[in-house]
Amino acid sequence: MIALLLRDLKLAFRAGGGFGLGLAFFLIVTVMVPFAVGPQSSLLSTIAPGVLWLGALLACLLSLDRLLALDWEDGSLDLLATAPLPLEAVVTVKALAHWLTTGLPLVLAAPFLGVLLNLPMPGFFWLVISLLIGTPAMSVIGTFGAALTVGLKRGGLLLSLLVLPLYVPTLIFGAEVARRGATGMEVQTPLLMLAGITAATIALLPFASAAVLRINLR
Amino acid sequence: MSIAAKANALWEYANPRKFLETSERVLPFFWIVSTICIVVGLIWGFFFTPDDYKQGSTVKIIYLHVPAALMAINCWLMMLATSLVWLVRRHHVSALAARAAAPIGIVMTLIALLTGAIWGQPMWGTWWAWDPRLTSFLILFLFYLGYVALWEAIEDPDTAADLTSVLCLVGSVFAILSRYAVNFWNQGLHQGASVMRAGAVTGADTEEKVSNVFFYPLLACIIGFVLLFIALVLYRTGTEIRARRIKALQARERVGG
Repeated sequence: MIALLLRDLKLAFRAGGGFGLGLAFFLIVTVMVPFAVGPQSSLLSTIAPGVLWLGALLACLLSLDRLLALDWEDGSLDLLATAPLPLEAVVTVKALAHWLTTGLPLVLAAPFLGVLLNLPMPGFFWLVISLLIGTPAMSVIGTFGAALTVGLKRGGLLLSLLVLPLYVPTLIFGAEVARRGATGMEVQTPLLMLAGITAATIALLPFASAAVLRINLR
Repeated sequence: MSIAAKANALWEYANPRKFLETSERVLPFFWIVSTICIVVGLIWGFFFTPDDYKQGSTVKIIYLHVPAALMAINCWLMMLATSLVWLVRRHHVSALAARAAAPIGIVMTLIALLTGAIWGQPMWGTWWAWDPRLTSFLILFLFYLGYVALWEAIEDPDTAADLTSVLCLVGSVFAILSRYAVNFWNQGLHQGASVMRAGAVTGADTEEKVSNVFFYPLLACIIGFVLLFIALVLYRTGTEIRARRIKALQARERVGG
């Protein structure tokens, strides 16, 4: 499992692995927002938590189609499926690698982009916390979507159509935590709901992803 | 007849030929009764019920809105059931029925959203509000779109049936989650469920109940929509089975010639 994780991480960091692409996308989306809605700092600070959450979500989505497709193309996915490691573990490790290379950098970058959008001071802490808890769910759900569309030639657009509705609960609760945190309201209820969704998806979705992958590898 | 024997009798319809024979025999009945129910319900509702004292004649769109919304949700439930049957028992008719039902569900969801917007404009003064019920229906619509798109994208029919079935199961869980998330996120304008509430039929005097004058034509419309839905699903499933057969015949011809 660790060998697979290291392999995926190495592949992501090396040239052409697309590490940093998500980050750059996150940066660009955040920079474009003031151009679209105007530079008033009061408006920006109101929408900052939501925009940052949406930006992180889209950046996460952007990197999903490479998650399994490259392994599918060069055949290493077949090897992984026949390896002694259960396929459930493989998809979990894949999701973890995706989170480490995409989710975690987004979490770390979010506060700096929060400055650009004039995020209120108490919001920074809750933004980072909510993203830290929410992004693993996005990786796991995304792995399921990637497993569904792995055999398709032009799966990218379909992948977003399938995955985005599944992101709705995570986005609602996550952005709610960030928004409430920024305005100084209590955050416990949405935070617990967000954590619950993340825990449940990590526990259950790998089984669905593995089942789907088996069907696709048949 | 014992329960087991009855259950076996149900599974007989997993045979495409048996399914086609029986569905062709009962289809005319469903078409005719559903047409009668909808025509009677709509005419009764539109011309022979009084205007609501608060909402005026706009209330009459209820005869399209409520049945369509009910069927939009029940259609997804039916797809969930048939997907499960496909995954467990591998009956092709079941998978094809799920495929046949999805576009009907999309249309029902669209009807519910559109009539809701037309109703909302005079009543709430807006075509659209980010109300929990409206939002959940929009999300349901997105789920339907993804489901149909996945069916269309995959060439191998068995793989497509498997993948869409799993998507339907996972999607159902997330659809319910979204429903509660959306509820939490915004309190709404939409009234609660008032048709199937216990007081609605017995006439208990609750604030939001649908009174009997409106209820009976509405019931006729709901029954009509249910029968129409069944008829459409049977009809479309038959079409899917025949399309599958044509494909098989063509494939055989190519190999033979």
